[in-house]
Amino acid sequence: MSLFKRNPDPMGPLDYSRRLSLRITVAVTLFFLYAPIIGLIAFSFNDSRRNVVWRGFTTDYYVKLFNNDALMLAFANSLTIAVFTTIFSTVLGALTAYVLWRYRFPGKAIYEGGMALPIVIPEICMGVAMMVFFARIGWPSGMMWPFNLSAITIAHIAFSFPFAAIVIRARLESFNPELAECARDLGASEFQVFRDVVVPHMKPGLIAGALLAFTLSLDDFVITFFTSGPDTVTFPVKIYSMVRFSVTPEVNAASTVLILLTLVVTAFALRMQNRNNMLGSAAH
Amino acid sequence: MENWKRSAKAFFAAFTPPTFWLVAFFIIPLSLIWLYSFSTKTGVTDITLDWNLQQYARALEPLYLGIFWKSIVMAAATTAICLVVAFPVAIAIVFSKPTMRMWLLLLVILPFWTNLLIRTYALIAVLRTNGFINNGLEWIVVNADWLLSFVGLGDNRIVGPFEPLALLYNNTAVVFGLVYVSLPFMVLPLYAALDRLDRSYLEASLDLGAGHIRTFFSIVVPLALPGIASGIVITFIPAMGSYLTPDLLGGTDSQMIANVIASQFKQANNWPFGAALSFLLMYATFFALAIRAVLMRKEGRGDVR
Repeated sequence: MSLFKRNPDPMGPLDYSRRLSLRITVAVTLFFLYAPIIGLIAFSFNDSRRNVVWRGFTTDYYVKLFNNDALMLAFANSLTIAVFTTIFSTVLGALTAYVLWRYRFPGKAIYEGGMALPIVIPEICMGVAMMVFFARIGWPSGMMWPFNLSAITIAHIAFSFPFAAIVIRARLESFNPELAECARDLGASEFQVFRDVVVPHMKPGLIAGALLAFTLSLDDFVITFFTSGPDTVTFPVKIYSMVRFSVTPEVNAASTVLILLTLVVTAFALRMQNRNNMLGSAAH
Repeated sequence: MENWKRSAKAFFAAFTPPTFWLVAFFIIPLSLIWLYSFSTKTGVTDITLDWNLQQYARALEPLYLGIFWKSIVMAAATTAICLVVAFPVAIAIVFSKPTMRMWLLLLVILPFWTNLLIRTYALIAVLRTNGFINNGLEWIVVNADWLLSFVGLGDNRIVGPFEPLALLYNNTAVVFGLVYVSLPFMVLPLYAALDRLDRSYLEASLDLGAGHIRTFFSIVVPLALPGIASGIVITFIPAMGSYLTPDLLGGTDSQMIANVIASQFKQANNWPFGAALSFLLMYATFFALAIRAVLMRKEGRGDVR
């Protein structure tokens, strides 16, 4: 990082990024964004219950974490929900993207608006709507695992697949429709064209969309909070109840695990998106 | 793009599954809430749909109008602070070297991908009575007192005994938390708008003798206006509807509209009223989005996300 390095060239009038005042602003902003998270991660290794001052390095809280059955069940629930959400969202998102990319049909603008709704409406509105919906239609509760997670999974798919659709559609923009035409002329059926010509081109978009759906599902708190019952606690909901109770190193350790998991998935997704030309190809 | 009739079977095969999901698990639940907002609660669990507007009338009572107003003020304060902080950051990112630019952008986006709950929890550890800020201040006060004792002014004669500041569980904490979680929302559209800016205008302005401040207000701001408007709207909307931040960082008087909606559906168990409040929040969101759409269209530019 050359944030504070001296540069021998004279500063041009538009070299705003080399002005000290702006550099300090950027540094302070990044400190503001990262210090709390880094503090949280650091204190998950702190050998003190009260979690106030640094008393020494320990990994005890991670051991405790992995021996905490309720937390581990919540973690398993979250992963299960995320996996199913990812599969369904990717398929539904790919179909949505394909329809919107390929066809002209009456009411398309309204349809697109409807697909954007789950992205734009406040989470709380969707959360309470889902809660009322499942209560009203009498969705069975108390089923055996993993079917007791079905309500949460359905809600997660409903808000994740429009996001996946956007990512996949961006990828489809670079697809040459003549290739599909060609395959059709050579006798391929619509399904074969989709499977053998369109999907291979979509692949980076599919992976990016899948990873996006995975992180969205794993991270969601508000909508899950309203659709989950006492025996369907997810990881964020569990952390929430721990946070309400007290600030302990266990919560820090649990949070660190979740941050790490999302970071890995995100790094992967960003790579895919770069290939997808979403952030431009000037990454490296 | 082709007409759907040319291959109707393939169209419906692809069209049906996502449409079914959207309608069954999104449109219908929302419609249900919409119907509830015109209903009356007639028993502990009984709700009768009688198409009255009393829930909306109740939402206009001073108490709830006050909470709506408070949500708007908090979201506006958050947006204003974000705008002031994000502008220099966006300028610094736009005018840095390409590799550096990608890294800075990544660093700004990355917290976005960290769980909202965890970021809010991290702030609790910073702000609470025994948190990082109060401990840091205490350390400064104690050491200042110790230094002053060399000149005979110790024993809290000048710097009194340390009183921890009440940083958590109040409105300031909520705005602080909202700024913390929504800053990337503001930086990204500003960055996108500034990136498109033709730099020769800036050079012309500077060459003709305007200072940096004047160039900023008469050239950069007008040209980046669509991006600024976009940033304001997409920061404002989630801030106004936020549930977690006021819930975890706020005190008894910092409830925002989402918290009231949640309590109507959970503790208070008054679904019709909660439904009316959710729809009012949704209408407010749509209104903000419509403003953004109009502003974007006026400028005749593409969508900035």
